[in-house]
Amino acid sequence: MTPLRLFLVFFVCALCIACGNAPLRGAGDLGIVVERESGCVTLVDTSARAAYGRVCGLGDLSHAHAVFSRDARYAYVFGRDGGLTKVDLLAARIARRIVQSGNAIGGAISQNGRLVVAQNYVPGGIKAFDADTLDFVAEVPAEYAPGLFSKVVGLADAPGQRFAYALFDGGEIWVSDFSDPRHPTTRRFPAGRQPYDGLVTPDGRHYLAGLFGEDGVALLDLWRPDEGSRKILIGYGAHDEKMPVYKMPHLRGWALASGKAWLPAVGHNEVIALDAANWHQAARIPVRGQPVFVMARPDGRQVWVNFALPDNGKVDVIDTLNGRVMRRLEPGHAILHLEFTPRGEEVWLSARDDDKVTVLDTETFAPLATLPVPRPSGIFFTSRAHRIGF
Amino acid sequence: MRKTTLALVMKLAASFAFAGESPPAPPPDRQRELVQFVRQDCGACHGLGLAGGLGPSLLPSALEQWPPEALALTIHEGRPDTPMPPWRRFLSEAETLWIAQRLKEGFPR
Ligand code: HEC
Repeated sequence: MTPLRLFLVFFVCALCIACGNAPLRGAGDLGIVVERESGCVTLVDTSARAAYGRVCGLGDLSHAHAVFSRDARYAYVFGRDGGLTKVDLLAARIARRIVQSGNAIGGAISQNGRLVVAQNYVPGGIKAFDADTLDFVAEVPAEYAPGLFSKVVGLADAPGQRFAYALFDGGEIWVSDFSDPRHPTTRRFPAGRQPYDGLVTPDGRHYLAGLFGEDGVALLDLWRPDEGSRKILIGYGAHDEKMPVYKMPHLRGWALASGKAWLPAVGHNEVIALDAANWHQAARIPVRGQPVFVMARPDGRQVWVNFALPDNGKVDVIDTLNGRVMRRLEPGHAILHLEFTPRGEEVWLSARDDDKVTVLDTETFAPLATLPVPRPSGIFFTSRAHRIGF
Repeated sequence: MRKTTLALVMKLAASFAFAGESPPAPPPDRQRELVQFVRQDCGACHGLGLAGGLGPSLLPSALEQWPPEALALTIHEGRPDTPMPPWRRFLSEAETLWIAQRLKEGFPR
């Protein structure tokens, strides 16, 4: 063998060893940042505070939502145009993609991780897919009166392979049980005028639907559904005039902290704290705008709030011990979303009009990193894989 | 229901400041801002492609029945008892009408 040959053989062997032994890694510290306009998601590593990949071809991602497989390897991204894309976070590529409706608004994954369910505006209803293959399994059309279909909002997973959701036009809460995946059964409960979003509490027990058409929140005890739904916080905004709402608040990713539930007040510059033991109003906290997301740090010590226009460059941080704003931040232009690292020492904020994502220390509020991401909106970390109602 | 709203809106639209005459178009810089504003902030409810979301589609095919002045009025004043808010705080009447006209012919990218 000539020295050159010998070198080549050695080189090829080295290459093979390198590709055969791609470093193993877990997925528990990964996540995605949705790019609203490009149809791409930026893949991020929260330990490195860096982007490590980008996956494109996901369609209209305005208002996109994502859930994760329970092995935290796959993100299911629900696009506005009805696209449902399964993204392999480790291989940084699309594993599967379907277009399941014309106009969708998010989704959820079942308790056992086997069903992915999308909620649709048009045609109104929910549709379940096999989490492995994305093959269609079953659907529940939101036909609340003969021939009338409602937009569906606030879909959340609940224990027992159930999904709870609200009908914007129908004014009801529905709970569909997918224990027999091909033959779901559904129970209906009154909610009130125009529910705009909903949530399941972290223990999976209560479903709350925020109402847009009236001052109030509908509550259903999923442990005792036979007792029916009831309304809480009736007339919470009666103390002053409701302002125009330029952006619908979200309840998803909501806050339960220090024994209280923290919710956005619709049409008011306030966060409402409810006593989680009896669902009575405990406090109203004035903030600098109309809240969009009201999110608790995972340990519940702080609640972070972002706002609708014209205050969408601001973020207020509430101290949950004394119920007062402890910090006022201006982290960028058009702060659309925020997400905490799994145990909450850092928070990632997307600043749409700055084309960047900022990482802050939640104790010192010091900026730790910025990542360039075009028109960023939702940020979703794989720690959601193991939480009920996310 | 749709019919009565339409009649009412037409009547009100006649009183919209610029009905009849064409107001000056906003300057090019502002036009670019407005395009972004509509795509992003109206898009939050109507979809980034304006094909509909919580709010209905704002594509030309969906707006055929409305004259631009009627659309401008809806945008300016909002629709009571629905999530459509009044936008007069952010948009002048001339800008609102410009947006309404662009919506009718297919909104720019
Ligand atoms: C918070 C949600 C929301 C936002 C933001 C919003 N809209 Fe709407 N819009 C709606 C809803 C809901 C309707 C339907 C009202 C109804 O039921 O009649 C509507 C109706 C309309 C209509 C009438 C369409 C029709 O066929 O009846 C126009 C035009 C319109 N919106 C334009 C805009 C523009 C322009 C913006 C941004 C400046 C905007 N909207 C922002 C929710 C919204």
